[in-house]
Amino acid sequence: MNRRDALSRVALLMGGAVIGAEFFLSGCKNEKAAGTLGLTATDISLLDEIGEAIIPTTNTPGAKAVQIGKFMEMMVTDCYDARDQKVFVDGLKTFHQKTGELLKKDFISATPEERKKFIQALNDEQVNIEKTKKESEPSHYFRMMKELTCLGYFSSEIGATKQLRYVETPGKYDGSFPYKKGDRAFATS
Amino acid sequence: MSENVYDAIVIGSGISGGWAAKELCEKGLKVLMLERGENIEHVKDYVNATKHPWEIPHRGLNTQEMIKDYPVLNRDYTLNETNYKWWANEKDCPYEEKKPFNWFRGYHVGGRSLMWGRQSYRWSDLDFEANAKDGFGVDWPIRYKDIEKWYDYAETFAGISGSLEGLPQLPDGKFMPPMEMNIVEKDVAARIKKNYNNERTMIIGRTANITQPHNGRANCQYRNKCWLGCPFGAYFSTQSATLPAAQKTGNLTVRPWSIVTRILYDKNTKKATGVEIIDAENNKTYEYKSKIVFVNASALNSAWVLMNSATDVWEGGLGSSSGQLGHNVMDHHFKLGASGIMEGYDDKYIYGRRANGIYIPRFQNIGKDKRDYLRGYGYQGGGGRESHLNNIAEASIGAELKEAMSEPGNWTMGIMAFGEILPYHENKMILNKDKKDKWGLPTIELDCEIKDNEQKMRKDMMSEAEAMLTGAGVKKVHTYDAGYTFGAGIHEMGTARMGKDPKTSVLNGNNQVWDAPNVFVTDGACMTSAACVNPSLTYMALTARAADFAVSELKKGNL
Repeated sequence: MNRRDALSRVALLMGGAVIGAEFFLSGCKNEKAAGTLGLTATDISLLDEIGEAIIPTTNTPGAKAVQIGKFMEMMVTDCYDARDQKVFVDGLKTFHQKTGELLKKDFISATPEERKKFIQALNDEQVNIEKTKKESEPSHYFRMMKELTCLGYFSSEIGATKQLRYVETPGKYDGSFPYKKGDRAFATS
Repeated sequence: MSENVYDAIVIGSGISGGWAAKELCEKGLKVLMLERGENIEHVKDYVNATKHPWEIPHRGLNTQEMIKDYPVLNRDYTLNETNYKWWANEKDCPYEEKKPFNWFRGYHVGGRSLMWGRQSYRWSDLDFEANAKDGFGVDWPIRYKDIEKWYDYAETFAGISGSLEGLPQLPDGKFMPPMEMNIVEKDVAARIKKNYNNERTMIIGRTANITQPHNGRANCQYRNKCWLGCPFGAYFSTQSATLPAAQKTGNLTVRPWSIVTRILYDKNTKKATGVEIIDAENNKTYEYKSKIVFVNASALNSAWVLMNSATDVWEGGLGSSSGQLGHNVMDHHFKLGASGIMEGYDDKYIYGRRANGIYIPRFQNIGKDKRDYLRGYGYQGGGGRESHLNNIAEASIGAELKEAMSEPGNWTMGIMAFGEILPYHENKMILNKDKKDKWGLPTIELDCEIKDNEQKMRKDMMSEAEAMLTGAGVKKVHTYDAGYTFGAGIHEMGTARMGKDPKTSVLNGNNQVWDAPNVFVTDGACMTSAACVNPSLTYMALTARAADFAVSELKKGNL
């Protein structure tokens, strides 16, 4: 039941979202964390912008508003093992290089359209890699960024209360609650 | 009364220890309840219970530091940022695994009553007669009629919600109104009933979450954060229920940080005279005297205490004369089943987070049903609407992703089997005197495995799960077997079993140690077989029954 299954437990805690959970459970084993990642303020800003491209501001705030860069840094520092930390940090460098090669400028200086196109290509790349890679191999760095962005955003106060519906103490149970297309999901506990 | 003398000593403060303390105090005895770990105060110490998700730094996930410090907990859901500190410190309290064994321990006031799964089912004579019928283990010294009124009593006080079903293999009880099934569960339940001519049933889980106010406790608020401690006191725990009742009598003394090292035994009177403890904080040794001792330290630790007691009389410790102490370790094997999606309920959703699921009671080896293995299993599970966040890897990015992730996903329905493990004598715990814990005490080595009967059962658990869901209209049904490690059910049982004969059992039919009649063991250690249902309610009933017997014997001057 609910206390029995690791994934569903994490899912319950995360508001029904198994994002990251699978990754954390399979990807984080016993290796010791490598300590600080050595990210600079510029790196954190870049992560904010990457997060914002993944979950942009619409009629509700986006990932940048929940300081997603800092969240990613904390999660990678504390929760990732040394191997995955390296993938993440090297990935950020690769990201920077690629923007130079393909956009001929920094990601931060690119237009929203350029950013989206660039991020979309990276997403396609990680999707392809995830399909063929072995379970024991690390994820693509962009998948890490995407998972962390979704995790951090939808469990943040803004994500849970403004983008989703958050009810701290439901007080009752209705297992046949009316729903129409477009209604927001409940953020859970 | 001198400072270190009581009428009764209770070793342990979890589900059964709390019940022992309550019953003995209410009957007028001065009781000392010893707990090896820290105190946890009701509500005040439930530090994460009222936090919002964004107030939990890593959102519940594990840090590398946690993984390093809790390698055993990390094998399961048990390691979690929100409550891992409520599980025993693995460095201070090591154990050895001759074969893999997940031992998840709660070393604090309340024990695992704070983190338990709360599913509460009665046994039936199908269970009490099982050993006698197929010859595994020894016969239970009691039958359903001996415990029935104590189930009534335990349920009435603890507050168990559930539905009345009239099933012989899963007797009805004194329930509070049941929680509700959701629309998908209701439809699946109706189809299962129809497909199997009423011979299989899917019911709402019977859970120790109250659905009406009860003894000053508020009813369940559908937050589904029970494992953090409930600020409403809506689920049964030592803290929410038995401890306040015991304290109200003025007869209870609770002593945290008290590791019982042995029961003091007088070989002339053939009775216990009290216990010896080490204070876990100052490492000093103390003795406490009492007329009776209740051992409720959880199955493995209760046997450990007995093994360390009266070793000058019996090398293997108090209760070892039968050759059964520490043997017959049982648990429930599980972690396999099936799940799939339910189509056609797009206009329905779920409001509230129900800390409960559905239950499919055992249907194997009942009546005309015969399988190629003994005993049986039940399923726990549930239906719900999943999150689109599951599809994160493949999903797009940008506004499209944000919107897609913000809508609920498919309705799913899943069930997971929980099966009986036979009482095998060779499944045992051994006292390891070479490896010591932080206090220089011997540790436990575990040597347990499931065998052919359970393996055969597991095949059946998978195929029946698939067939039942598919037949009920669940689509894209997939089966899974995540693998079972002994102990992972967190239902350790059998290390000091009850029986009819002192030559083959440690305890008699009133939970008295045959070799020391004023010592009672009423936690999982006492179980003669395991059945397939969650065991805690049976510990509550057996404890209340044994406490009643103990006090009446005391009054008669028999103890």
